[in-house]
Formats: sequence, structure tokens, C-alpha cells
Amino acid sequence: MLIQRPSDILPSEITPRARFEDRRRFLRDAGLLFAAGALGGALPSAEAATNAAPKLGPLTASPFSTSEEKTPYKAVTTYNNYYEFGTDKSDPAENAGRLATRPWTVRVEGFAGKPRTFDIDELLRLAPLEERIYRLRCVEGWSMVIPWVGFPLASLLKQVEPLGSAKYVEFVTLYDPKVMSRLPVLDWPYAEGLRLDEAMHPLTLLAMGLYGEVLPNQNGAPIRLVVPWKYGFKSAKSIVTIRLTDKQPATAWNKAAKHEYGFYSNVNPQVDHPRWSQATERRIGEFRKRPTLMFNGYAEQVASLYQGMDLRANF
Amino acid sequence: MMNMLQMPSRTQIAWIKAALFALCLLPALRLALGWHNDTLGANPIETITRASGDWTLRFLLITLCVTPLRRFTGLNWLLRLRRMLGLFAFAYGCAHLTTYVWLDQFFDWMAIAHDILKRPFITVGFAALVLMTPLALTSNAWSIRRLGGRKWQALHRSVYGIAILGVVHYWWLVKADVREPMLYAFALAWLLVLRAWWRELERRRQQAVPPPVPAYKGRVIRIVPTGK
Ligand code: HEM
Repeated sequence: MLIQRPSDILPSEITPRARFEDRRRFLRDAGLLFAAGALGGALPSAEAATNAAPKLGPLTASPFSTSEEKTPYKAVTTYNNYYEFGTDKSDPAENAGRLATRPWTVRVEGFAGKPRTFDIDELLRLAPLEERIYRLRCVEGWSMVIPWVGFPLASLLKQVEPLGSAKYVEFVTLYDPKVMSRLPVLDWPYAEGLRLDEAMHPLTLLAMGLYGEVLPNQNGAPIRLVVPWKYGFKSAKSIVTIRLTDKQPATAWNKAAKHEYGFYSNVNPQVDHPRWSQATERRIGEFRKRPTLMFNGYAEQVASLYQGMDLRANF
Repeated sequence: MMNMLQMPSRTQIAWIKAALFALCLLPALRLALGWHNDTLGANPIETITRASGDWTLRFLLITLCVTPLRRFTGLNWLLRLRRMLGLFAFAYGCAHLTTYVWLDQFFDWMAIAHDILKRPFITVGFAALVLMTPLALTSNAWSIRRLGGRKWQALHRSVYGIAILGVVHYWWLVKADVREPMLYAFALAWLLVLRAWWRELERRRQQAVPPPVPAYKGRVIRIVPTGK
């Protein structure tokens, strides 16, 4: 596990990405969000002017970030699994523009002392925004390195004061047939779940941006989960409800094929998916496959969560 | 013009074949250019694996369309294009396997053997390609003569099974959205049902014909019962 020391300059500022989106959306959204130029300072105005997605900031670096080479912005935003917008990797980038990410609220409810609804703009200010450069391992055998922007899910959950009886957390995502697929590919709305201790783990992130900017729709705007030691599908996109429960919640892929996608779905090179090996992965942009690491390389941080558990049975 | 469509000359057939050959190469050319210009998306190896697999299955189905097309249009010369189409199916199948062995697995023979034995969708795809090999090897005039028409035809009927395996391979590899494999399944089902129906018609036709009257040589002596 490579841990980068926090530094003052964020890697995403050192490596600016190619910018191609239109300026009008920037002008429209800019009023709703803060641009780094205003809050964090130090961004050349020319760059801000040609920038499509608004900058998020100020951001603090995280000791959990990896120093591995980041997957280019273009690949991160054009090669997506977001089945509500189509099942080809290129579909979400083409279709997710229809999703309106304002107004947006997230209801946090269930076994909580103070359940309530949060507005997305309030969430953006709820806790200091961090940049977290995480590995993402998809169950299909490919991986990326993505600089997310967000804060630990624990910061939000603490606000609603989970009850002692809360054991799990369920994440329900938006399903809007007006802009999304009407095909019953999965049991919409897409739902995911974590054990409460997994949800409270400092690595578990609520992300609102990537590459220092507001999350593109195809990546799960305006707010998504990022659980870096689990296969990508556990990290639910475009979340509308977070529910504390006492029972293990049903999850979308598990309902679709329960022998293939377990509740835990921790990255594990020793437990193969019935249809493909999980021993290796192709990092997007690389030619040769590389070995997959236990817990996606986060074993040091999370292995203790699963002490004594049979990870083959609890796949 | 009309005549050419009904019964093209040798030269015309040669031209048609050359044009078809170039057309069949286009998907491969597009992939090669895409690879060179880096326009195959974020995961070019996956793009090539999928495109070559798609075209293997498509060429198989196109090959199976030749006979119905010939029967419906009466253009018998279409049959002369069938061999090339079938061989292209095999060629794309080989390219598909090469992509998998070389670009995807990078000659990791252990992983490949493991895949073939343990992943049902790979097992089925592999079986399909193995079964295509004898058909490709006997797609020439010499083999037809050598085997005799009947045996050759019996061998080449396995193409129906191969196409079924191809569709099953595709069906099993998709995660949830089976619309595309289903499209291929419908197309194949239609092509198979059509043939089953023709067989049935042929069977009925043969049954309807009265058995031939035996022809006798020499004089026929009629035996007529007497009135006594
Ligand atoms: C040696 C045999 C074969 C191997 C190892 C093999 C392997 C594969 C692999 C790894 C994929 C990609 C799966 C994915 O991206 O998730 C694939 C896709 C595919 N293969 Fe094969 N295959 C073989 C033979 C065949 C044959 C003979 C056919 C056709 C009859 C075929 C048709 C397809 C199709 C249609 C796809 C899906 C393309 C798409 O997703 O659009 N394959 N195959």
C-alpha cells in the first residue's frame, strides 16, 4: 500500500486535464457552487474561464491517497458502468447529461436519533472536502486510479446519530424513468448496502467531485459512495436516501444474480467470479494485466473488519 | 443488367467476389486503424475482443442466410459466395482468439487453460472455434471431392450447432442486459426453423408421390376367374 504524504499542492492541480465542455454550463452551475478561484485562491483565471465543471475547493490532501499514476480524466468520464443510462461503457457519458442534479436532497433516515434531509449544497459544506486518490477495481476485471473529492461518510452519519440497533446502512439511488432507462435490466432503483462498521470506516467516502471538479453526471453526480476496497458496483451513484437498518439490505446486483455478486463483494484475488478470474486486472491505459491485491491494496486498513470471517463464503 | 443479376458471367462473379472480399475486411481494417489512431476508447483491448467476437457471430449468421436468400430470390449464383463468407467467420474467430490469447491474457497459458476449463462462456466459445476448424479446412473443392458430397454435407451441418454455441457464448458473458444476444438468438432461431420447415416440406412431398408402378418385362397373362 502506497501512502502519499499530504502536501500543499494537490496532484490534480499539477496535472490539469484536457478541457472540452461548454462554457455555458459552467456559468449556470458556477453560481451554485464555489469556484476554487474564489475560495482556495491561486487558480489562473484563464484556466477557470475555459473550465467546464466548476472547481471544488479548498481541498485538503489525504494520507489515504495513492501516488500511483492517475487514470486520465477522459477515460474516467467516458468508460462508465451506470446502467440507468445504458449498458455500454460509453452510454452514460452520452446519456447522463439529461440528469438534473439541482435541486437535490439526500434523506438520511432509519435507526437514527436525528433523521433528516440534507440539501446537496449543505452537504458540500458539511465537512472539509478532501482529495482522495483511490484505486477503483471493477468486478469485470479492470481498474483505474481516480482522484475523488469528498469527505468520509462517517461525518454525515454522525450528524444523524445512529442508534445502537443500527447494524447496516442502505443506499438508495435515484431512479427517474423520465431520463433513465425503462428497461428492467436491474431492479430499479439501484440499491446498495454496507455493514455499519464498513460505512463508518475512514476510507469510506462520500464523493461529490473528481479531478478537483464537480462530479460529472456519468460518474454519479451529484453525490456518490466510494468504497475503495470493494468492487466498483458497491459504490452507489446519485444517492437520494441513506437508511440505517438492523437487517442486511437487499442489493441490486445480488438480487440480479446472487451466486455472482455477494453482499460483501470485497476485492479478493483468491475468490473468482463464476464467469471470470479475479486474480488479475487491467489498469485502464496499461497493456499488460497486473495482479489484483487483496482488498484492492487496502488490507492494512480494512482486513481487521473481517477477522475470523470466511471470505469465500461471504464473497 | 437483368441478365447479370440472374446469371453473371465468370468475370462478373470474380468481380463480385473481389468486392465482397474487400467489404468483409472492412471491420478488421476499422479496428486496425482505431488501434493505430487510439480511437478505440478507454479499453481498446476489450473493444477489439468484442468487435472480433461480434463479427465472428455475424459472419456465421450471414453465411447461414445464403441458402434462404438463394431460394427466395432464385439467384443460384449466391451459393458461390458462401465459402468466402464462412471462411471469414473462421478468420474473425481466429482473430478473436488471438486477441484473447495475446492482447488480453498475454500468453499466460495457465490462466488461459483455467479460463477454458472453469468459465462456461469461454468453454463454449472455445468449443465453437474448435468445431469450426474442420469446416474451414474442408472448405475447398478438393475436400468435397475427397469426402464425397454426402459426407461433406453431413460434416458441414455442424455449422448449426456451432452457431448455437456462439449465441450461448454471448448470452453467458453478458452481465444483465441480454438484449443483444437475444437478437442474435432470434435471428438464428429463424434461420434454423426455416430449414426445419423446408425439410418437413420435402418429407411431405416425398410421401405424397405414389409409389412407382413396377414395370414388367414380357407378356402379361391376365388371370380371369371363370364363371363356373
Ligand atoms: C477460443 C474461443 C473463444 C474465446 C476464448 C472467446 C473469448 C471471448 C471473450 C473473453 C469475450 C469478451 C467478454 C467480455 O468482454 O466480457 C468474448 C466476447 C464475444 N465472443 Fe468470444 N471467444 C471465443 C470464441 C468465440 C466464437 C467462436 C464466437 C462466435 C461464434 C464468439 C463470439 C463472441 C461474441 C459475439 C462476443 C461478445 C461481443 C460483444 O460483447 O459485443 N466467440 N469472447
